Amino acid sequence: MKKVFTRPRSLKDIPTHYCPGCTHGIVHRLVAEVIDELEIFDRTIGVAPVGCSVFAYNYFDCDMFQASHGRAPAVATGIKRVLPDRVVFTYQGDGDLAAIGTGEIVHAAARGEKFTVIFINNAIYAMTGGQMAPTTLLGQKTTTTPYGRDKDINGYPIKISEMLSVLDGTAYVARVSVHDPAHVIKARKAIKRAFEVQLAGLGFSLVEVLSACPTNWGLSPAEALKWLAENMIPYYPLGEYKKPAEVG
Amino acid sequence: MAKVLMKGNEAIGEGAVRAGCRYFFGYPITPQSELPHYLAKRLPEVGGVYLQSESETAAINMVYGAAGAGARVMTSSSGPGISLMQEGISYLAGAELPCVIVNMIRGGPGLGNIAPAQSDYFQATRGGGHGDYRVIVLAPASVQEIIDLMRLAFDLADRYRNPVMVAGDGILGQMMEPVELGEEEDVQIPPRPWAATGRMGGEKKLINSLYIVPEELEQHNLKLARKYALIASKEQRWEEYRLDGARLVLVAFGTVARICKAVVDRCREEGLAVGLIRPITLWPYPQKAFEPLMGKVDSFLVVEMNLGQMVEDVRLAVNGRHPVHFYGRCGGMLPVAADVVQEVKKLYGGGGN
Amino acid sequence: MASARVTFREERCKGCGLCVIFCPKGIIALAEHINGMGFHPATVKDQSKCTGCATCARMCPDLVIEVEREVTRVG
Repeated sequence: MKKVFTRPRSLKDIPTHYCPGCTHGIVHRLVAEVIDELEIFDRTIGVAPVGCSVFAYNYFDCDMFQASHGRAPAVATGIKRVLPDRVVFTYQGDGDLAAIGTGEIVHAAARGEKFTVIFINNAIYAMTGGQMAPTTLLGQKTTTTPYGRDKDINGYPIKISEMLSVLDGTAYVARVSVHDPAHVIKARKAIKRAFEVQLAGLGFSLVEVLSACPTNWGLSPAEALKWLAENMIPYYPLGEYKKPAEVG
Repeated sequence: MAKVLMKGNEAIGEGAVRAGCRYFFGYPITPQSELPHYLAKRLPEVGGVYLQSESETAAINMVYGAAGAGARVMTSSSGPGISLMQEGISYLAGAELPCVIVNMIRGGPGLGNIAPAQSDYFQATRGGGHGDYRVIVLAPASVQEIIDLMRLAFDLADRYRNPVMVAGDGILGQMMEPVELGEEEDVQIPPRPWAATGRMGGEKKLINSLYIVPEELEQHNLKLARKYALIASKEQRWEEYRLDGARLVLVAFGTVARICKAVVDRCREEGLAVGLIRPITLWPYPQKAFEPLMGKVDSFLVVEMNLGQMVEDVRLAVNGRHPVHFYGRCGGMLPVAADVVQEVKKLYGGGGN
Repeated sequence: MASARVTFREERCKGCGLCVIFCPKGIIALAEHINGMGFHPATVKDQSKCTGCATCARMCPDLVIEVEREVTRVG
């Protein structure tokens, strides 16, 4: 018998602090599998955010930076401008990227910075206790929208992939999901394309991964994936919003 | 070698390039914009990177990335922009990253104005950002000294793995003076085994300031404190001007120190024994400059372009042994030498107590 | 003789149950006992039915599962 599924080398073999059923674990693995497959581990540098995934700097076994909240794209810009031959990626949540970090992500994308962004959209602020995120859906109950998100108070959720794909500096923008095995496979493909775009020097690449937060959504892991598919995908359609001709 | 006429803001840039700096990330703000303009031209000439960032918050984080990736890197701004950088500076100090941050101080608080000031002394020397940390602060007083201190700034940043701030003001930035540039040398940047440049077959490197376990964060902070104590013992710098037999000693930094030199000369002409201490490091504060004067002088007069900031450090150094007086102008106004002379005369011989 | 085998590292399992619901053969269940973290770990009830599709491993957020399969050479 041959091992057909095994732990990727790029992920450190240690238990994570993530909740049961948290999809960070799936996405960390997909990114690590892609780094392994593309054989770029030795020259990859990752930038971890502030949020549940702050400890990504422990889980990814390549060189890592921990960045202040929202500023990972600026940190990645500094790294990539100094070391253009290295592969640089950021891993950010929806508070990090879509709230405090909107300036940095928009301008990194506009400049066509040649790094890859993994954007985890779980429609909530998890680490700080379940508050509303810019990506929280209308009507969704959170600790700071206990009556459900009201457009008259908090406006509308932000669609990052659509927004960034408008900028000329973006080479690859895709929105994927990890709520079932078929979508996990598609997500991996998109992440691989994003890194290939960086390797080809084509510009800024971003994959928005619709993700689940069972703990703060108040659902079981299985229910959470169902909620994601039924509620998030209609508002955040999946697909490749920007794709260069050179890549698949 | 012939001297060259240089503008202060441009001298900062040229000094940085000659110190081996090859990366600048910054955002325009008056009164330092000539510096990024100069580096936008100069850095590509030496194979460096000049990048205009979208904000000061972005700039300081680009510095964090570049410094962590092993580069000699700098940024510059003025008050409101430096305020935006404070979180980033705290992170740089916590992660022990070398870099140089230039502040051409202007009138504040808030939007203030674009005229020169020294009112960011507290911000520069008392953290500014959160947590227990220090930034080495250098205060040049001439365009020549800017060139010299830029080299020192990068060397100190590397020696101690710490951010270094160079604090000037709008006058220093705009003035043109002849400078001796010296031969351009091929600066050997000290090796950085800790820089996260990709594993390349080696051990994993991490650039980080998070220590979630309190026992570990305490150890990290104690390590930083030992570093700061070492810097304080070794890196105090100051200039003494006509201190021989002085009864009243002026204390001033930067542009104000130049004005005070004229004040000292005028007072001495009139038979008043007045001298000047000019701190060059604002942190570590040159307390050593004051010890030899204890018991030998009557009083100190601290002159600043603010409403009393460095005077607190003078009071700490003097520690109650002599009266410490203050004279300041603010809002972008300069102290006028004649006015300071009047102040000296009021205080000389024990007056004004 | 099974053509595939899955190995579960029980001490890493958080009992999230995703492998249980996604296994196309329905051969995974949460065990009665608890592991060192206090979770009921997932375990395979009937290895003989495992096809080595790796769906369980693909949905596992915690790298609990390794999958082996008979790989027949063609030609």
